[in-house]
Amino acid sequence: MKKLMIALGAVGVAALMAWGYYQAMYVAPTEATMGEVQRIFYYHVPNAMLCFLFFAISFVASILFLAWRRSAPAKALAADAWALAGAEVGVVFCTVVLITGPLWGKPVWGIWWTWDARLTTTLVLWLIYVSYLLLRKFAAGPQMKTLAAVLSIFGALDVPIVYMANRWWRTQHPSPVFFGGDDSGIKDPQMLAAFGWNVLAWGVWGLAALLIRVYVERRQQTIETAEASAALMAD
Amino acid sequence: MTPSWTGLVWSHLRKDLRIEWRSRDAINSMLFFALLVVVLFSMAFDPSADTSREIAGGVLCVATLFASVSALNQAWAREIRHQVLDALRMTEGGGAALFFAKVLANFLFVSIVQCILGPIFFIFYNLHPLGDAWLLTLVIPLGTWALVANGTFFAALSIRSRNRELLLPLILFPIFLPALLAMVQSVKTILTGDGSDPSLVWIKMLGGYDIIFTTISLLLFDTVLEAE
Repeated sequence: MKKLMIALGAVGVAALMAWGYYQAMYVAPTEATMGEVQRIFYYHVPNAMLCFLFFAISFVASILFLAWRRSAPAKALAADAWALAGAEVGVVFCTVVLITGPLWGKPVWGIWWTWDARLTTTLVLWLIYVSYLLLRKFAAGPQMKTLAAVLSIFGALDVPIVYMANRWWRTQHPSPVFFGGDDSGIKDPQMLAAFGWNVLAWGVWGLAALLIRVYVERRQQTIETAEASAALMAD
Repeated sequence: MTPSWTGLVWSHLRKDLRIEWRSRDAINSMLFFALLVVVLFSMAFDPSADTSREIAGGVLCVATLFASVSALNQAWAREIRHQVLDALRMTEGGGAALFFAKVLANFLFVSIVQCILGPIFFIFYNLHPLGDAWLLTLVIPLGTWALVANGTFFAALSIRSRNRELLLPLILFPIFLPALLAMVQSVKTILTGDGSDPSLVWIKMLGGYDIIFTTISLLLFDTVLEAE
């Protein structure tokens, strides 16, 4: 029964992704000035939005971990699993953003990469969370979780800067599509629909990956706890 | 009697300064390392007058950055010996005072290195600033503070890991990048004297960065110190 549910879930996520792809590639009208290459937008922007969401999950879970680590160790362990999973899935989404961006930039700007505020801050965000994952690898022992939670809070400080970068500075990156003033937003309903479907599809896919990752990490924690208590008993 | 917060900071700072005065480990190694980086860069890039003004700010900042990392690691590593860090953890007054004193001490050491290195640097790169040179006395300390405050914090964070010498730059450099960018841009504006930055926006950003990250570090330092 459980396996059936998982299989159905996987099929559902795949169907949603395929539907999002169909909407973006075949249904949405071709953009007037940029042409076909504009369709990358339907991947680039949803991934950027969702990467903020997953880093936010990591940030909140890290704060909860720090709050609970003395008073409620069991809950703190769960929070730590969420923090790790949020950071990992966030890094995956941020990587997609950093790959689709240059793919669009080369034909439209004529260059793969430019050191503009939005691009630079996004790269810094990616680097900070990769260093978070490295810290989790390098720092052994029980205190590693506390140290990682602290670093995740530092990383979260960069998220608002990335979000505001093309509002504060005049950047080469296109101005905000949403919440960017009176003229922002998508006017064409078919484009908006394609965009919405892709946000939903990638969101569901990301949440599924997040839940699986949390589940695996929780299992890992159970094994580690069992091993630790077995070692204590053996003495 | 509980000593005041400033009293605690002062006694921690006095201890650090005395150790450094007797050994002069940190300043000597930083000085030589930074000098090497400057020489390496002047071999790698031909520092002819026009281009040197463009890259000089970056070279100075990166030289300081690389040099500081070795000293920052040492700053906490010497507290590990004889369990001094554990003893410090048990003293009253909390970690914030200890952290702040350590930042002040490291700030002083890096500043001394910069004061010695600065004139050498101007000679090697044949520089004479075309902009408001007095602004350098604002930019350099602000940038150094950003480096030292974050560096001291993350050195304490990475001290308990294996490969700690490697981990500190891996964590510190991404966090420090915005401050490095602001520092390099403002030094470049001052050296080349182009009036493209009349509102001092990069210096303001550097100041804001200092305030935010120092505050967060002070708030979170107890958590790092007592992580177990």
